[in-house]
Amino acid sequence: MNLKVFTGRWAVVGGFVLAAVLLLVVAPALLSSFRLGLLGKYLCYAMVAVGIGLAWGRGGMLVLGQGVFFGLGAYIMAMHLKLADAPASTGVPDFMALISSDGVPVWWEPFRSGVVTIIAVLLVPPAVAVLLGLATFRRRVRGAYFAILSQALAAAFAILLIGNPRSTGGSTGLNNFKGFFGFSLRDPANRLMLYIIAAVSLLAMVALARQLMVSRYGELLVACRDAEERVRFLGYDPAVVKTVAYAVAAVMAGVAGALFVPIVGIISPNDVGIIPSIGLLVGVAVGGRTTLLGPVLGAIAVAWAETSLSERFPSGWTYAQGLLFVLVVAFLPGGLASLRSVLRGWRERRRPPRAAEEPPVPSLSGSSR
Amino acid sequence: MGLLVGCGARVSDGGGTGDAGAACVDTSGTSVKVGFLNSRSGTMAISENTVFNALKLAADQINGAGGVLGKQLTVVAEDGASEPTVFAEKAEKLIRADCVAAVFGGWTSSSRKAMLPVFESNNALLFYPVQYEGLESSKNIFYTGATTNQQIVPALDYLKEKGAKSLFLVGSDYVFPQTANKIIKAYAKANGIEVKGEEYAPLGHTDFSTIVSKVKAADADAVFNTLNGDSNVAFFKEYKNAGLTAEAMPVLSVSIAEEEVGGIGVGNIVGQPVAWNYYQTIDSPQNKKFVADFKNAYGASKVTSDPMEAAYTSLFLWKGMVEKAKSFAVPEIQKAAGGVGFDAPEGTVTVNGDNHHIAKTALIGKIAPDGLIYTDWTSGKPIEPDPYLKSYPWAAGLSG
Amino acid sequence: MEILLSQLFNGLSGGSILLLAALGLALTFGQMGVINMAHGEFIMAGAYTAFVVQGVLGDAGLSLLVSLPTAFVVGGLLGLALEALLLRRMYHRPLDTLLVTFGVSLVLQQLARDVFGTAGVDVAAPGWLSGPVEVLGFTFPKTRLFILVIAVAAVVLLSALLAFTSLGRRIRATVQNRALAESSGISTRRTDRTTFFVGSGLAGVAGVALTLMGSISSNLGTAYIVDAFLVVVVGGIGQIKGAVIAAFVLGVAQSWIEYSTTASIAKVAVLALIVVFLQARPQGIFVVRTRSLV
Repeated sequence: MNLKVFTGRWAVVGGFVLAAVLLLVVAPALLSSFRLGLLGKYLCYAMVAVGIGLAWGRGGMLVLGQGVFFGLGAYIMAMHLKLADAPASTGVPDFMALISSDGVPVWWEPFRSGVVTIIAVLLVPPAVAVLLGLATFRRRVRGAYFAILSQALAAAFAILLIGNPRSTGGSTGLNNFKGFFGFSLRDPANRLMLYIIAAVSLLAMVALARQLMVSRYGELLVACRDAEERVRFLGYDPAVVKTVAYAVAAVMAGVAGALFVPIVGIISPNDVGIIPSIGLLVGVAVGGRTTLLGPVLGAIAVAWAETSLSERFPSGWTYAQGLLFVLVVAFLPGGLASLRSVLRGWRERRRPPRAAEEPPVPSLSGSSR
Repeated sequence: MGLLVGCGARVSDGGGTGDAGAACVDTSGTSVKVGFLNSRSGTMAISENTVFNALKLAADQINGAGGVLGKQLTVVAEDGASEPTVFAEKAEKLIRADCVAAVFGGWTSSSRKAMLPVFESNNALLFYPVQYEGLESSKNIFYTGATTNQQIVPALDYLKEKGAKSLFLVGSDYVFPQTANKIIKAYAKANGIEVKGEEYAPLGHTDFSTIVSKVKAADADAVFNTLNGDSNVAFFKEYKNAGLTAEAMPVLSVSIAEEEVGGIGVGNIVGQPVAWNYYQTIDSPQNKKFVADFKNAYGASKVTSDPMEAAYTSLFLWKGMVEKAKSFAVPEIQKAAGGVGFDAPEGTVTVNGDNHHIAKTALIGKIAPDGLIYTDWTSGKPIEPDPYLKSYPWAAGLSG
Repeated sequence: MEILLSQLFNGLSGGSILLLAALGLALTFGQMGVINMAHGEFIMAGAYTAFVVQGVLGDAGLSLLVSLPTAFVVGGLLGLALEALLLRRMYHRPLDTLLVTFGVSLVLQQLARDVFGTAGVDVAAPGWLSGPVEVLGFTFPKTRLFILVIAVAAVVLLSALLAFTSLGRRIRATVQNRALAESSGISTRRTDRTTFFVGSGLAGVAGVALTLMGSISSNLGTAYIVDAFLVVVVGGIGQIKGAVIAAFVLGVAQSWIEYSTTASIAKVAVLALIVVFLQARPQGIFVVRTRSLV
């Protein structure tokens, strides 16, 4: 497999250092502060993609509602930033004062504290995931049902956000943040700091995902994907195995959302509903869902392509996104990461004596030792 | 990381120096860049494409007549994709990467509110061409559509004049209808009008049977409609099929212009009143030329509407400001803006230097069987913009 | 009381629209396990078919009657093409069909925008369907009664097809045990194709019905697709009667909750009810008994 380089211990460390240098030194040196901000945004999507790769690629759970966890993290962070920006005299954020005179809703109050906010960003998304995960996986709800339910969850979340403008900013969402834990967001040095926090977070998540993949748990997760009944017969509880992966993915999406807010400067229901939730899957599918780095690189590449393509051809991007889904998922289910093995398969098929069979969907490159 | 944290400015230091990018505008050559930011894809593309066309027409006409301060306009067009986040990102791109002198566009309140901090922190200029809910003014935004006292308040005056004693409010669930209804309720209270109900539908809602049932049961004298987009189609079809008519219970709409009538179906909405500041049928030489030029450029079947006209006007107003300031620099333009006027298709409009809105005449029209809107009532003279409704005693306490 | 009844009618009417949108899915999802996200765009195609037919024929009444079968064929052919070009190779990967068809739906939506323009278009309702009708002192919009009739007719025809024709027998056999059906000499390949034609055709019919209710634009389908899937999930796989009951129950629940709260809350509440319901019956209202483990 083409990612064999990542199997040796030293190769892994080397690759990691290379990525760190590229993200932390080369990119900030080469890019303007505007472009660096965009890259920071892509890194946030990449964090979500790492989690999707784990839950979907490894665990076989088609997570269509990652926007919910992304949104939870983002809105929690945004609430804190809005409260911190609020004038000291009233303590009421600007947009609330505009729409109503009722003051700050009770459930906002805890997020005045930065510590509570950070804890909530880390705990609320996985709590929701555990709840939904156990509810569906324990009852052995079919895979397709889970996909549709997670999608409906995304729809309901967006409807709730839009329907409560007094407390969530409605369809506008929350924006106009002045500072991030006291640091001014208008200062380029602080924006650079945010970018670096995002890059380090992403690297940490990739490292975590790799450790999970090569661990016994990782093997169990793949086993659940491929033959859930057999895992059950062996005495494990697949519901727990899958819920853990789902919760880890939720944490990653939540952190990504929390960083997205100060980097991009706005969070709105349009970033968390059904369409963006599925959009997050494109990059993962393109890059190769079962691999470690495929989702990350795929997500960054697709987000970059969206920005630059839509600058030139507004309607062209929709076609490109649709066709990407169709072509990659239908004809190259292993993503670009499997391109080499697929090509090799074709070449071998042309040679008469040995006919290669269909390229297998799951490539287990990351976990083979 | 500690190093980085150490050198960043704290909020309490006054926000740091910032890297306000508007200064990168290049005016040394024979041309100057302007940005058009409209949704060319997504749900709002329906409306915003027409605004883009109107802006393009204005740019071509200005260039044909020699440009602004002798410089040709180079248009950089970006797609807002109907998403607030994209609007904010593209606005930043236009200001900081493309270094445009001014940006024109936006439609929904969400898109404007998303862009506002971007323009304020970079000290750049946005010209926003759509009627909106008021209670806002920024030195970085020029509002060329109506604010509430130029559209909603006259519409209420009109209903009161026609003898409406009770109202039912129907709107989409977002900031414009909610703020508008807050104003309407304050007005109603002061004028002895009863508000019999207030219903909100999620954006894009398509089943109006329940809401129309409630409207029918309430039996108010008129309905005030702040629904947006496709919901209007479902609402008016349901309204007609429930046996309600413009004669028995008129529905006054503030978001339906000539462009939307075709999609709703003239038969479903004929005779209903709407409130704007411009209709294609306005009988003036400026408007006749505008309509003819627009049809010439985009096809005889195209109609012109209020937001398109306001967008077209906005580019000429910017030209007027630049020429008065003799500079493309934002601070100079902000200083020169007050009093700049333009003989627009809707009539003469003048920029208010204090709140950056423009004085416009309010017109209530009725939708005719030919799909066009004909003026039924007019405020007679341009109304000075008052986004915070400070000159209306009944509105005291709304903006706080 | 009057409100209660009129809301019951509104609910049944909303349910009939849901049912029309979901009926085809019950067939394609139920039989083949294909999660067809492009089903919504087949509905859209049906609506635009009604628009084109009306443009050609002019008369609203005649064109409505002509549109129904035409849209059935248009939707069916789209479905057939999708099946033959893409889904055929993906039956062993049901979850992936969701993503592929989502991609198709993006492309079809953009295509509709480029062909018919971004602005919504209008299909005029015939005179005999405009306004309300009075029954026992209650007034009901005629269009909603008409849609109710179409939905009931579609269910009756489809049930008859499944119960009495040889195609129906083949479909039922394939749903219950694909491998056994195949080894009994049924061409599951041909059955799949025919089923997909019928299921997608029903989406086309739903599209025509929707022109009577709301706007016809490129995002018509997206408004219905998730709800339609929920109907099938609640109803249970492989059963028409499950989808029928689920659609009407969800429709009535939605309209009653909406009456006492708001449309947004009603939508969320209905979804919460579904999640709770699936806790009790993870396979939906009706279950096809098989001996397989999954």
